[in-house]
Amino acid sequence: MGDKYRFIGKATPRRDATEIVTGGTRYLNDIQMPDMLYGKVLRSPHPHALIKRIDKHQALALPGVKAVLTWEDVPDWRGGTPRHTRVLDRKVRFVGDAVALVAAATEGIAQEALGLIAVEYEVLPAVFDMEEALKPDAPQLYEEYPGNRVTPGMPFFGLNSLTEIVMGDVEQGFGQADVITEGQFGYENLPNPLPPEPPGAIALWEEPNRVTVWVSNQASYMDKITLYHVMNRHVETRSIGGPCGGSFGSKFMSWQVQSYAALLSRATGKPVKLILTKEEHLAVFTMRPASRMRAKVGMKKDGTVTAVEGTWLVDTGYYSMTTQAQVAVGCGEVQIMVRCPNWALQPVIVCTNRNASGIVRGFGGQELKCMLIPLLSLAMEKLAIDPFEFLKKNYVKPGDGYVWRDGNWYTYRGVDYAAAMEKGARTFGWKEKWKGWLKPTAINGATRRGVGVGVHGNADIGEDASEAYVRLHPDGTAMLFSCVTEHGTGQRSNFIKMVAEVLQLPLESVSLAPADSLINPYEFGPAGSRGTYAIGAAAIRAAEDAKGKLFELLAPLLKTRPEELDTADGIVFVKGNPEQKIPWRAMSIDRTITGFGRFEPDYTLSNCMMSFVEVEVDTETGKVTLLRVVNATDVGQVIDPPGLAGQLNGCLGSGGIDSAIFEETVLDRSTGHILNANLIDYKWRTFPELPTIDNVVMETPFPSHRFHAVGVGEIATSPGPSAILMAISNAIGTWLHAYPATPERVLAALGTLSHGEKKRGGA
Amino acid sequence: MHGQAIEKNNMLHLTVNGKRYALEQGSRSDQVAPEHTLAYTLRETLGLTGTKVSCDEGACGACTVIMDGKTILSCMTLTIECDGNSITTIEGLSDPTTKKLDPLQQAFIDHTAFQCGFCTPGMIMSAKALLRENPAPTEEEVKEALAGNFCRCISHYHVVKAVMAASVKSR
Ligand code: FES
Ligand code: FES
Repeated sequence: MGDKYRFIGKATPRRDATEIVTGGTRYLNDIQMPDMLYGKVLRSPHPHALIKRIDKHQALALPGVKAVLTWEDVPDWRGGTPRHTRVLDRKVRFVGDAVALVAAATEGIAQEALGLIAVEYEVLPAVFDMEEALKPDAPQLYEEYPGNRVTPGMPFFGLNSLTEIVMGDVEQGFGQADVITEGQFGYENLPNPLPPEPPGAIALWEEPNRVTVWVSNQASYMDKITLYHVMNRHVETRSIGGPCGGSFGSKFMSWQVQSYAALLSRATGKPVKLILTKEEHLAVFTMRPASRMRAKVGMKKDGTVTAVEGTWLVDTGYYSMTTQAQVAVGCGEVQIMVRCPNWALQPVIVCTNRNASGIVRGFGGQELKCMLIPLLSLAMEKLAIDPFEFLKKNYVKPGDGYVWRDGNWYTYRGVDYAAAMEKGARTFGWKEKWKGWLKPTAINGATRRGVGVGVHGNADIGEDASEAYVRLHPDGTAMLFSCVTEHGTGQRSNFIKMVAEVLQLPLESVSLAPADSLINPYEFGPAGSRGTYAIGAAAIRAAEDAKGKLFELLAPLLKTRPEELDTADGIVFVKGNPEQKIPWRAMSIDRTITGFGRFEPDYTLSNCMMSFVEVEVDTETGKVTLLRVVNATDVGQVIDPPGLAGQLNGCLGSGGIDSAIFEETVLDRSTGHILNANLIDYKWRTFPELPTIDNVVMETPFPSHRFHAVGVGEIATSPGPSAILMAISNAIGTWLHAYPATPERVLAALGTLSHGEKKRGGA
Repeated sequence: MHGQAIEKNNMLHLTVNGKRYALEQGSRSDQVAPEHTLAYTLRETLGLTGTKVSCDEGACGACTVIMDGKTILSCMTLTIECDGNSITTIEGLSDPTTKKLDPLQQAFIDHTAFQCGFCTPGMIMSAKALLRENPAPTEEEVKEALAGNFCRCISHYHVVKAVMAASVKSR
């Protein structure tokens, strides 16, 4: 397909490639400034406590210490949704909550000063389980959230933001079912997206009310907006985004570390850098929400789902900024996966005394599917339905629809993904490997193989607004102004490609402005999979707008009308007669031409990823080995082949497939301490353990933008986890429903672990 | 590691990417304190920020540099233990005068063997040490040599291809 384009669909080196391989890329922590101070955070050892007294005299007396701030010293800045969470509070709500901030000449001095701050706490009872937290006599985290229930709804999504799925008549639906299954399922192991670069910020305050923040975030423009609200809307905020050493969604929620740096800069008048340690990253920064569902589904013999009813409990930890959004999007995504006319699914977001949950690839839908697919599987088993056929049949088709995050109904107008799914199944050999429910694909002594399949899709590919400028220069070059940072997807290079394609300029002639909120227009950022369609559309429109203005300006010189003109390589020519031409220079050397492009949200398109997995289970040791993954998708048009492959291979990490095999954050539920907050005890996949991955990518043109493409990167992690549990269950011949499938759990499911935990979930 | 702890007030000599540095011991920002790790000295004192620190506890390989031919984790090595040693960092792989990239770096570009790129300097240094010892490794040997390098974006597959491509060239 790539042939019809000069750049689109071709593998071209990333714009930042040389810097990356030579160590020249300047990530946040590589930035140095004259007179810069270093910030550190004193953190609570208690999961829930009132601060009675803080003595900071000794810390302030330490040479090199420039500021020590406690809740008594700072303005009432608040974040979260609603904005209830104070930047520093008199109350601490989890082990690791911020108690005091220190700025010093070196990190070492700041660290030493933390030990010199004396804090007296009144320890309060704490709660670590969402159902416990909902009980009437449970410890209360906030006055604003009675019963520890977080206010539902995401104001950013509008007044009718989706908070539940209620439609049709579930009683009638269950009446039509051939089989009804129910049970309790969980996805509660709190995998951490864990980008390699820890979160952090550098801030420079200028009196009376201006702050510049250097950030590491995939969506740096939004930091400006978030901080503006946090700082009570009277501080002029500027965010400067740079290369981001991974985010996977998580760094979107960096307002706290950014606020700490801003407060310390405000107190000292100097730039302050504050980078979290890896331990802080794992123990106090955000991770996936924990989910628990009690639900019931009705299914007909032909795989038609007649009703879904249940409760979805979401543990957001000690506060929520985006969990309501994850619930809204998750509720939308589940309708994309399962066509069903009758729903009564009630989410409840609960606060508990652990670190906050935040954004991770999969954004609510992965969590919900990790529970719902196992429940649907119980019904499929009773009806002997092949899960591949079920998922293919039930995935949204053109003309179907869903209630999306804003509470409105949208009719899907994209492609039918059945063809991509079929191709994936053929590549994987699904028909040969699928032997029926709870039946292994192969047995070899004590090892058994099993297969599983999952699916996920998101109508966020056209979510939120994007704006861009494209500026044309008389020397035949162009510059794109789009406030995006490079966080691993290669999108900064891809937007350059799109502009180069529209203007038919060599790639080297197109550049991209730094992700500085001062010079760029509004940009929600590459969240979800919106980069290709939403951000791309704004860039394309800006380039087209600029090109139109160029033609208007030069048409009289060529004695023709603008519609008759085209351009390539900095030359404007008459379409029918390329010899009649004029260089861009003719616009005059004292002129530039600026085009503007805006993308308005569009929820009528969804992406899709189906993942097939094959595992081998050692029934003696309980060890699960992932042998093979096939990801199948249709992206309309590939923009950059290697970049896409990288995103799809990402299915393993960042809280994806491996969250079903070995990844988890271990929370001590008596003390609130996280027990594996380091990269030795937090398990991650190494090179020798790589499975085979095949990515099946179809290119059926989408009615999206000029290049008919849609994004897909975010969702690669999402179909895998439930597919893994399905594959293990099939391999061992009995249901396994707890994430991750550690050897103990596998042996317990097999009944060969004497003191192991009991099998959980299932009807 | 054959460096020795230096005595107070002694100068500390390091060769980094062929350039010799004489550093004083002390607590000023241009000096080396006893608790400074090599990663800290490289990044903060010498301004060589190409070496990345992710875990700062010896678990992820992001800070890998080559010292006297062998990879070390610079976050787990005290600078004062490196007196007299010769260190190569990611900044030292390309030709100092022509700026021509090392074939391994070029292979990483050609195979887009990175996504966010934060793990990349460590990956390249680990792979470089492997290729110096074993110019024609098998895929399994490449994977084994990189087993200590954490990559969250899952660029592993492209990295293996890049290293194999560079090895073929160096045969
Ligand atoms: S930063 Fe040195 S091993 Fe992780
Ligand atoms: S490329 Fe991002 S961690 Fe390896």
